[in-house]
Parts: sequence; structure tokens; C-alpha cells
Amino acid sequence: MMATSYNAKDEDGRVTVCGPGGGPLLRGKKPENTALKQQRLAAWQPVLTAGTALPALFAVGLLFIPVGVGLFVTSNNIRELEIDYTGADASSPCFSCSQSFSWNSTRPCTCTVPFYLEQPYESNVYVYYGLSNFYQNHRRYVKSRDDGQLNGNEKSLTEPSKECEPYAYRDNEPIAPCGAIANSMFNDTLELFYNDPNGTKIQIPLNATGIAWWTDKHVKFGNPGGNDQNLSAAFQGTTRPVNWRRPVYELDSDRGNNGFVNEDFIVWMRTAALPTFRKLYRIIGKKDNVVPTLPRGNYTLEVVYNYPVRSFEGRKRVILSTISWMGGKNPFLGVAYIAVGAVCFFLGVVLLAMHHKCGNRNGDGDISN
Amino acid sequence: MLRRRLNRLLGVDERRVDSRTIYVGHRSSSTNEAFIPPKFCDNRIVSSKYTVWNFLPKNLFEQFRRIANFYFLIIFLVQVIVDTPTSPVTSGLPLFFVITVTAIKQGYEDWLRHKADNEVNKYPVTVLEQGRRIRKESEKIKVGDVVEVEEDVTFPCDLILLQSSRDDDTCFVTTASLDGESNHKTHYTVPDTEKDLETLNATIECEQPQPDLYKFVGRMHIYKNDQEPAVRSLGPENLLLKGATLKNTQRICGVAIYTGMETKMALNYQGKSQKRSAVEKSINAFLLVYLCILVSKALVCTTLKYVWQGKPGQDEPWYNEKTQREKDTNLYLKMFTDFLSFMVLFNFIIPVSMYVTVEMQKFLGSFFITWDKDFFDPEIKEGALVNTSDLNEELGQVEYVFTDKTGTLTQNNMEFIECCIDGFQYKYRDASSDLDGFCVTDGPLNKVQEKAGREKEELFLRALCLCHTVQVKESSEQGQGQRDQVDGFGLDGEVLPPLREQRGFIASSPDEVALVKGAMRFGFTFLGLESKNMKILTRNNDIEMYELLHVLNFDPVRRRMSVIVRSKSGDTLLFCKGADSSIFPRVRQEEVERIRMHVERNATEGYRTLCVAYKNLSAEDYAQADAGLMEARLALQDREQKLMAVYNQVETGMSLIGATAVEDRLQEEAAETMEALQGAGIKVWVLTGDKMETAKSTCYACRLFQRNTELLELTVRTLEDGGRRREERLHELLLEYHKKAVQDAPPVKSGVTRTWSSANQDYGFIIDGATLSMVLNSSSESNSSRYKNLFLQICQNCTSVLCCRMAPLQKAQIVKMVKNSKGSPITLSIGDGANDVSMILEAHVGIGIKGKEGRQAVRNSDYAIPKLKHLKKLLLAHGHLYYVRIAHLVQYFFYKNLCFILPQFLYQFFCGYSQQPLYDAAYLTMYNICFTSMPILAYSLLEQHICIEVLLDNAALYRDIAKNGMLRWRPFLYWTLLGVFHGLLFFFGVRFLFSNPALQDNGQVFGNWSYGTIVFTVLVFTVTLKLALDTRHWTWINHFVIWGSLLFYVFFSFFWGGIIWPFLKQQRLYFVFANMLSSVSAWLVIILLILLSLLPEILLVVFHKPRGPRQKLVQSNVGDHRSPRSAARPLLMRTFTDESNTVI
Repeated sequence: MMATSYNAKDEDGRVTVCGPGGGPLLRGKKPENTALKQQRLAAWQPVLTAGTALPALFAVGLLFIPVGVGLFVTSNNIRELEIDYTGADASSPCFSCSQSFSWNSTRPCTCTVPFYLEQPYESNVYVYYGLSNFYQNHRRYVKSRDDGQLNGNEKSLTEPSKECEPYAYRDNEPIAPCGAIANSMFNDTLELFYNDPNGTKIQIPLNATGIAWWTDKHVKFGNPGGNDQNLSAAFQGTTRPVNWRRPVYELDSDRGNNGFVNEDFIVWMRTAALPTFRKLYRIIGKKDNVVPTLPRGNYTLEVVYNYPVRSFEGRKRVILSTISWMGGKNPFLGVAYIAVGAVCFFLGVVLLAMHHKCGNRNGDGDISN
Repeated sequence: MLRRRLNRLLGVDERRVDSRTIYVGHRSSSTNEAFIPPKFCDNRIVSSKYTVWNFLPKNLFEQFRRIANFYFLIIFLVQVIVDTPTSPVTSGLPLFFVITVTAIKQGYEDWLRHKADNEVNKYPVTVLEQGRRIRKESEKIKVGDVVEVEEDVTFPCDLILLQSSRDDDTCFVTTASLDGESNHKTHYTVPDTEKDLETLNATIECEQPQPDLYKFVGRMHIYKNDQEPAVRSLGPENLLLKGATLKNTQRICGVAIYTGMETKMALNYQGKSQKRSAVEKSINAFLLVYLCILVSKALVCTTLKYVWQGKPGQDEPWYNEKTQREKDTNLYLKMFTDFLSFMVLFNFIIPVSMYVTVEMQKFLGSFFITWDKDFFDPEIKEGALVNTSDLNEELGQVEYVFTDKTGTLTQNNMEFIECCIDGFQYKYRDASSDLDGFCVTDGPLNKVQEKAGREKEELFLRALCLCHTVQVKESSEQGQGQRDQVDGFGLDGEVLPPLREQRGFIASSPDEVALVKGAMRFGFTFLGLESKNMKILTRNNDIEMYELLHVLNFDPVRRRMSVIVRSKSGDTLLFCKGADSSIFPRVRQEEVERIRMHVERNATEGYRTLCVAYKNLSAEDYAQADAGLMEARLALQDREQKLMAVYNQVETGMSLIGATAVEDRLQEEAAETMEALQGAGIKVWVLTGDKMETAKSTCYACRLFQRNTELLELTVRTLEDGGRRREERLHELLLEYHKKAVQDAPPVKSGVTRTWSSANQDYGFIIDGATLSMVLNSSSESNSSRYKNLFLQICQNCTSVLCCRMAPLQKAQIVKMVKNSKGSPITLSIGDGANDVSMILEAHVGIGIKGKEGRQAVRNSDYAIPKLKHLKKLLLAHGHLYYVRIAHLVQYFFYKNLCFILPQFLYQFFCGYSQQPLYDAAYLTMYNICFTSMPILAYSLLEQHICIEVLLDNAALYRDIAKNGMLRWRPFLYWTLLGVFHGLLFFFGVRFLFSNPALQDNGQVFGNWSYGTIVFTVLVFTVTLKLALDTRHWTWINHFVIWGSLLFYVFFSFFWGGIIWPFLKQQRLYFVFANMLSSVSAWLVIILLILLSLLPEILLVVFHKPRGPRQKLVQSNVGDHRSPRSAARPLLMRTFTDESNTVI
């Protein structure tokens, strides 16, 4: 009726005008007929159905179970021996050392731990030290380092970063290397002897190189003024960390493994992920194919006990381990792979049964093309 | 600005409160008095928000008023102040990015506004000053200046028309840019002003600026030498509005009365109120949950930290001593900062990037609506228009559609069908099929059956020719582009013999044109208005002249309009036409009955009916009316009411001469669209100002009411049936209907509101405006709410509801009532006229139809479409897809940040609750910005989980996502649990691997950063592949971004770890990624964890298999859906498609 026909006039004052400038109106322009604008882009429309999922499940099952078995076997073939030498128990050979520990003692305390290898270690043997309840991943600890200084930056050497506090200066002298990580570097000395059945004690040569990441040793870490310098001169004007017995330029007699590029140091500086961790200490190289690297028999571990862990209820271990292509011994991966593979396979069977039972009621339910 | 406004307020207070005085040409009325020009604001338009200087502070302030931005600012500040685990950069950079992008966008918009302002403000205008014509910039116009405007130029400010170059002292104006009406409006000069504007000495007294475009009251005092000042009344017809354009007139002069920000156009400029979508509300609810998770995580960690530190040797072992400052800090302060630190560490769980992505998705996504060529209408050459992109997803959630009838369901394309003169029916046959009858060039059409007296007939036809405000498009003016000036419903499309039939008619209402054209068919042609004389060509080819004395304009309250004319013979006649209800009480009752029958029959057939009456005014009657009208028009105050009173007084005692019926065709595919909406579970309510019978038949035609629909009527007629008091009857009926529709109806499952099978009885409900106001405003308060409840319950159980005889405000009331009812359903209003604006603004989603009734509806709407039929695709396809996309986007965002942060939370248990981050800062920052943002954005723009054709064919699919189906707590819980599961898997999977950190084949060990990198790699891959699994529509873009962002992650990691970055304090990730890739175990665990995380997802999809039953439904629908359409075509199925190519 007229009420609606005349409504241009029956305004209730609600007229809104599109901006004093007047809004632009898209007039007379037909939208382009392109696939994108019309939402008609060619598309692959996969629909997950039993038909596609079943083969995938079986494939995963068939692939994972052998891989898992392989991993499990590999892991089982790795020889590993763990020796706890914390000295927490009275029966432990290192008990006295751990008890009598003092930062100021000048005479190192040594203890000897005997052990027996039941099986010969054929290939390269890797010696790890392990610490427990040691929070290398504590935030205050992780950030307490100066990567500039460790890279050989002269300025950072004399002016360590604030992050290193409270291990940045000692008696107004800059600490090199500064920070809590460096300060708490693991400094037990571990030596291994083979007790030959004929009574002689043969020291096993431990290789101290090749234990740190190549890039760390050659790029990330560097001595001030280059590695070929006289290091004691290069570190002039700095002082050793509080808990160290030697300055950093006396870590090793080998020039290429001294100062900041000392591999023990570099390994320590890579902070561990978890409070229980192990770090690579030494490598026992394989001599030849005939003799095993470590034959079966009695061995002695000689420890220079410098590193206190009892104050925070920590443990110290030595681990002798061979290595496979997957790294150290860890049954987790193998078990996980077998389990996942089995579950997939089982689900595949269940699904197949269901699929078979229900029949192809809806075709394969695939409406895509 | 403020000072100016304050000044104005004070100034107003000093003088008179409600009017202003303007000295035309700055000439004071008397030369003796010291002339103090009153202060008004200048003619500068300022729509911009910022200036160069205040942009930064003001914009920043506005941005940080948003709660999310503020939250991230706080986090950032905490990071700067407190010693926190992550550097301020990690949260500062994304925040900076967000703020910058928004600032650039707003700055650009404001620059555009500045440009538009300048264009308007610097536009050169001609001002007459001291007899000289001076060119000025538009912004320098002052109130009182006499401005000259030429043809096709926009008025620079609100002017009172003083002089026109046309002889009849009129000018034509189009207000297309103001209210969208493209017809020409006639404006008049102030009567009897001097021709020489130089000597004109006058003041104008008028009201203070107010925004109503159609209201203006003023008075002009003209001072002639030593004579009494003459007074002229000023009304809207004398006022030329800024923004309107001068047409058909060479030049005019006018005096500026409102300038700059005080013009009616500027006062009408206002931002629309912000509508918030349901999805946004869900997001906020989820945010709250995640905020709780965040706070509780931080609390747990803080508590455990102090418990753990309580054990001896843990807090400060010898290898990890605290700094002096830490030792000195107060314990409680330390606890607090620890809490804050944990908050900062876990704050990524509430992603700042989600807001950006959601905004981008909405903004970019809305382009698909404008781009859709299906929405393009070749007739008006326009496609859809998106006014706001905030509500895209709301289109997929609509539960109630409120539609206007005229122009929305129907075409508003009027055709004169028949008339009734003195009780006899006259039908113009062959009107649509046979053009020949029309082509008889000379004169009368004999098909008019001679039933009524010839005199009556001619009187009726004269009345049709005279009683209107139609203008004739002057065909003599060749310079004008004829087509675009005519409103489109003149005769310009017809093939007619030359000369007079070619003329087009211009009117603000299509009914009037239809009537004038109808009269023309019967031989009476309106030739035009020449200096207040209406010329008509009669059947006998005589030209008759009538002097137009007064036009008593139409208004929706009176629902009628009249003209007073004087014929050559000196008779003064009043012709009146209007709605039956408004005419019948004003004519002699004995005439009514014969015509009422016809009117009602016509209304039932769906025609729009008007009654025509006339009255012979005696000389003294006219003198009295004339005086009354003059007086009322001169009144400064309450002019409207006074006019109304005079109108009512004049329009009495008329004699009824006949009635007309005009057909309004249904819109194309109106019925199909309505059926699709109902199939989608949407309830359609028709709200119209039209008569019940007309509206009802339209509803049948649109198949809103089916044949088997039982109609429940609640109208004035049914109320009066019982012969009792209306209130009682209302009460009774409401209870009866309630029992029928609500209590006896079988309970419907939630979500599925109406099944396809018509096993259940369908109900339709009809109510009219008067009854509605009784229901809503019942006499007693308690009854009112009870009635309202009953009414709502009945309505909710009816398939469709028809509300007729509604005032615009009542429409909004209904929408508001439904909107606020239980379950707060999502409402959508669709309309095309100004009377729909209120309901469009009220509903959750307002849709404007680019119809014939101007553009107010379009301006105020959220979306505008050219035709009703486009609503189907807009809701069923676009709305559905947008909803699915954004719902998935939101859930996915929360999910991916939960499984991002959960490992970091778990890591605290292994690092002594020291807030050590698991991931490197670069990863923390980039995760949401780069690594995982693009795939979900592409998904949320391109996903079509069901392709558009299927969505359109199966309206029922729309119900799957009804009631915010994908963002309810259940799916949210599912996604959250999935996130938790993934987070746990990532962390502990790697944790078990790291029980022996010697993972390389050379025996070397991995540290904490390797740990984090492995977890992060698994995370990025899983989260991306999870999205890939959800993607049902893989376009090349999806492929590109999904595989691209994975590749980017790998390359970035290499790059980031491959260089010693001089600006970094710590080279944490140096070669970590490369070393990780060199480890077979890391590869194996990454593959295992990704597969294991996705396995449940795959299984769920396979076991669910949702397609089966739906396909069945689809097929059955197609079967029984089409058949009734052809079988039971109701009477009124005359849609445009049916009778294609009919010439009107």
C-alpha cells in the first residue's frame, strides 16, 4: 500500500549518509569471471575414507614393525656399562673422597673403582660421564655465559657480559671464561686401566678429541687472538673462574685443544636438556680388527675426585658404551616403533573387518571426483 | 573543535535557544544599528579523525583501548621491566607488527578521508558580494553569503533558494548522494522576493541545525524601503541541501544558512553502531578459558617452584649461585615476579596473531561476496556490496529472516490492473499480451465498458490525472541523458508511437506512475505542470488546464494525499487518494459498500488498492482552507501538527468515486528462495505495512504458507469476532493458539526445527500492527510479559509468521523481541526501503536490497544485494562456508597454541621451575607469525568442505552448523583435548628419546636447545599436517602455503643456525638444526611422533564417515521437492520468470 510506497518520505531521521565525501559505489562493473574470484579454483578434494585409510594403516604397520625390530636389535647390540662412583655409600671406594671434599684442598683425592667387563667391546668405545640431579637447564644457569667472549672477542674478554653475574669478576679482574656454566665445569679426571690376567695394569689410551661438535670447536668457540697465539699472553688481565684450579690456558698441553677450544670445555658448555644427563668424555679408538677395543676382563677406573655433587644430592657416573648408527643405547625408539606399527596393523584389521561386515552400503562414500 | 562547539552553545544560550538569524548578503536590516555578524562555524567539512601531529598518540591510544592489544602491551611491559625468560622482542615484535599494520590501514583510510574532505572544501564556488561575483574556495563560505550554483554542480552548503533561472521560480534537484533517490525533486524559490538580489534586504530566521533531511522550518523577513517587513514562510521545499545536485536548471542563487559541520548532510554522517558476531563472542569465551588455563599454569609453576626450592641444596647449589641483587629481593616480590615470568613464558597460549588472522580473513573473505558474479544484476549493473566484513560468518548462523514485502518479496514494479468506478469494475484487458490496443494514437479506448455514467468515469480519470506529484520528464530537453534521469519505471522502455506517449514520468513512488499511466490507457494523459497549471489531455483530445492550488502531501500517518485544483470553469475541486482505511471514514457511508467489496477482492488477489475521492469546494470553504494552510505553513513551531490538523479538516465529507488496483509482481525466484530458507531451518517472518489480505496472498505465492498450513490469525478482525472486549478475546485466542501450536505439537529435536515431510501440521501465524501493540503494550504489566511470552512461543512453533500493517518502528520492535528471546537466535532483516532501515539496524545481520526505493536500506545494511534471490546463495553457500572457515580458524588457533605452549609448561618440571624456555626466542616469535599462519589463512579463505553447488541444492546442510554448532563447548573441548594430547606426546616422546642424549653416530650428545628444536619441528609439522588433513579443498594456493611454510621452516632453521649472529648475545641455535638432521634417531622420533599425533585424527574421520545418510537425504529431497512446485501452483505465481518478456 501507500505506506510502503512513499517511504522515502516517512523517514524517522535515521538517514545515514555515507561520509561527507560520499562513498564510492561499484557501479556497472561486472565482477570478473576468474576461477579465484568465483571460488572455482581447480581443487583436489581428498576424502579420507576406509578405502584410503586402510592401505595406509597396513603400510604404516608393515613399515614400522620391521624398523622397530631393527632399532630394538641395534639398541640391544650396543654394549653399555655404567659405573656410579659418587661415593655416597660407605662401601663405595670413593666414599672417603666424597666425604673429605673441600674446595681448598691442594692435594687431589684419588679413588680407584674396579669393574669387570663380561663381554668384549668390539668397536670404538665412548666414555661418558654422567651427572644426576644437576640442573644444567636451570634458566639462571643456561644464560650465564658470554658467547662473545667464548668466540674470542677481545672486548668481551675483558668486559664479560652482565649475564655472567655473579661469575663475571673476581677481585675486579674479569673472569675468563665467565659465567656459571664455565665455573662449574666438570673437572674429575678419569683414567682406565686394563688388568691383564697376567697381573700387569695397562693404561688404556683415551682420546680427548672428536668429542665436541665440529662447528662448535672451529667456529663458535675461539681463543682471543686466534688459536696459535701464546695463550697465557692472550688471557693476560683475566683471571680463572672461582672453582677452577687452573687457568683456562692450561687446560691441555695440546695447543689445538687448549683455552676456549678445549673440547672438554666445549662439551660442558653445551647445556644438557634434563637434570640427569651424560656428556662425552673420551673416545677409545679401535686398534685393529683382530683385537677387541676392550677385551673381556677386569678393569680399574681411577678417578681424581674433584667434583662435589653431594651438596645437591647428585650422582656421578662413568659410562662405557659402544655406538651404533642410531647413537647410544636407547630401547625407547625400537619399542615405540613396534608398538605404533602393531597398533596400526591391528586397527587396520579391525577396520577391514568392519568395512567388510557393513558392506559397501554407501559405495565407498567418496563424493569427490 | 570543542571550543567552537562550546562557543556555539554559549552563543545560542545568549540569544534564542532554538533559532538562528541570518542576514542575507550580510546586510543588516537597519543601517543605524551597529551590525554584528553572528558567529557560525565555517564551511569546512572534517570527516577525518587524525591530523599529522596527533595521529601517532591518538591512534595508539585508540588501538590500546582494545582489550587484546592492551593485554599484549602489559605482557610486553612486564618483559621489559621484570627479568623474564624470553626477551621483550618475542612479544614486542608481533605486537609491533599488529599495531603497525592497523595504524597503516587506519592512516590510509584517514588520508582518503582527508583527500575527500579537501576535494569538497577546496571546490571553487561563486559568491555574490557587493554586486561582484567572486570565486572562492568552498570552505570559505560563511553563513549569509549568497552563493551561485550552476547546473550539475553539487550545493556547497545548505542554501535557501532565492532565485532560479527558470521562469517558474523552481529548480530541480537530485538527492542521489544523500538518500539515493535518483528522481528529480522540485524546489521553490521564496515567493515574491526581489529579482535583484543586490538590493534584497532580508533576514532569515530558522531553526538550529538538525539532522532530519526532510524537515525544515524558517521564516524570512524582507525589508523594503520604509515598508512593513514582509514575512515569508520557509519549508523543506525552499531548502537546498549540501550534497544534492542541481539538475535541469541553469543556475540558482541561494543564501547559505547552514555551513560545514552544521549542514544536514554532515549531521547525518555517523558511524553505524558496531555489530558483534556470535563467533566473536565465542572467541571471547574461549579466551577467558585460556586465560584461566594460563593463570593456573603460572600459579602451579610458581607454587611448585617454591616447594622445590624448599628442599635443601636445590635453590642455590654451588654451581649456580644467585646474583647479589636476587639474594636481596624480598621473597614475596620474588614470588610475584616469578608469577609474572611464568605468565610471560606461557603467554603465547593467547595468540596475538589470531586477531590479525581473523581480521585478515574477514576482510579478504568479504571480497568473495563482491566478486561473486551470481550476485551481479545486469539490470542495475551492480553486484553485491559489503558494508561490513565483521559479520560474514553470521550469515551462516541465521535462524530468523525478517523480510519486507514490497520491493523485497515483490518487485515494486507497479502495473495498473483494474479500477472500479462507482461500483463497476473496469479492467484493461490485453494489457500485457496485446500491444496493439495501446497503439491507437488518437484518443479513447473503447474497451472501457460503459457501465457507470460517463461523467463519473471522466471524473475518476481526471482525479487519477490530477491527484499526484508526478513530474513529466521533459523530452524537449535533448541535452539530458534521458534514461538515467527517469527512475526506470517510466515509459522509456516501451515501444510506443512518437510524441506524447514517449514522455517519462518521474515520481518518488511507483504507484503514482502506475496510476497516471493507467489513466493514460483509458484516454486521459497528464501532460505536465506549467507554471502552476496542470495540463491534461482528455479522451476527446482536448487539453484541459487546472490551476494547482495546493498539494496536501502524503504522509504515512494519514496514508493519503490530496490536491486542490481550480478548473477553467472556476470550480475548486479537492481530489484525494489513499488507503481504504483512511478514505472510507471520510466519505459518505452509502457509497462505501459498493466499492469496499471490490477493494477487498482486489486485496485478496494480492493487488495494492487505493481509493479515490473528491469534493467540490465552495468559495468560502476554499478561502478558509487556503487561509488555514497558509497560516500553518508560516508557523515556525509545530508546523507539522498544524498542517496535519488543517489537512484533516479539509479532507472530510468527500464523495468516493472509485478504487484502483495495482499489481506488484513477485521477485524472481522469490518462492524458491523462501522454500530454500525454510529448508535450511530458517524461519521466515514477513513484516509489512501492507494490508493483511494482500500480504497473505503474497505469502501463499511465495510458498511461505502452503495449502495445508493452518493459519492462526490474530488481527483486529478476529478480535472483534467474539463481540467481547478485545483484551479478553486476545487472551483467549493466545491461549488457544498456544495450546494448538505449542502444547499439542510433538516435541521437536533441537537444531532440527522443521522436517521435510509434512507429517506434522504446519502452522502459519498472522498478526497485525494494532494487535501487536496490544500484545506488547498490554494494559497491565504482568499480562504484557505473559502475552509476549505466549506470542513468542506460538511464533517459534510456526513455520512462518506474517505481520501486516506494521509501522517501521514496530518492525524493529519485533526483531528486537525475537533477538532477545530465549536462546538469543541470530536474526537477519532484509528490506529495500527507508521503512526497513530500523529493522535492518536492529537485526544481527541487515541486508539491503538495491531496489527502487532509494538507497537508505543499502546504506544502513551490512550487506546489500541486487535481488532477493541472491539471499539464497548468500546464506546457504557464502554464509555456510564463512562460518565453517572461521570456526575452524578459531578452534585451530587455540589448538595450535595450546600444543605449542604445553611442552614448555611441562619442561618446567624438568628444569627446576626456572622459567627456562624450551624453544629458542626466534621460534617463539616466528611460530605464529610465519611458520603456521599462512596455511590456516589460506584454509580460512579457500576451504569448501562441501562444494557450493551441493550447498545450494541441499538447503538442509545449513542446519548442520546451526546454533553455532562448530564453536560450542563440545568441539572446543575436543580441540583442547587434542591440543593437550599432542602437547603431551611431543614433550614426552622427546623426553624418552633424551634419556640417552647421545644421539649422534659419533657419540656426541645433544643439549637442551636440540631438545627444544626437535619438539618444535614435530610441532610445526604436526600442526600443519593436521590442517592439511582437515583441508577438503586443495587448490594450488593451499598446496603452496602448506608445503611452502614447511619448507620455509626448514630453510629458516638452517639459516638461523648457520650464522653467528652478531646482534645476538647467545648463539643458542648455532648448527643445532643441522646437527639434529644428522641424527637418524631424531629423524625417526620426528616421524614417529607426527604419525602418532595424527593417527587418532585419521581414525576419527574414518570411523565417523558422515556422508552416508546425508546423501540419502539429498536424493529423497530432490525427488519430492520438485513435484509440488509444478502441481500446486498457486494463483499468484506470476513471477517475472514465468511471464518473461512481458512489457509493462
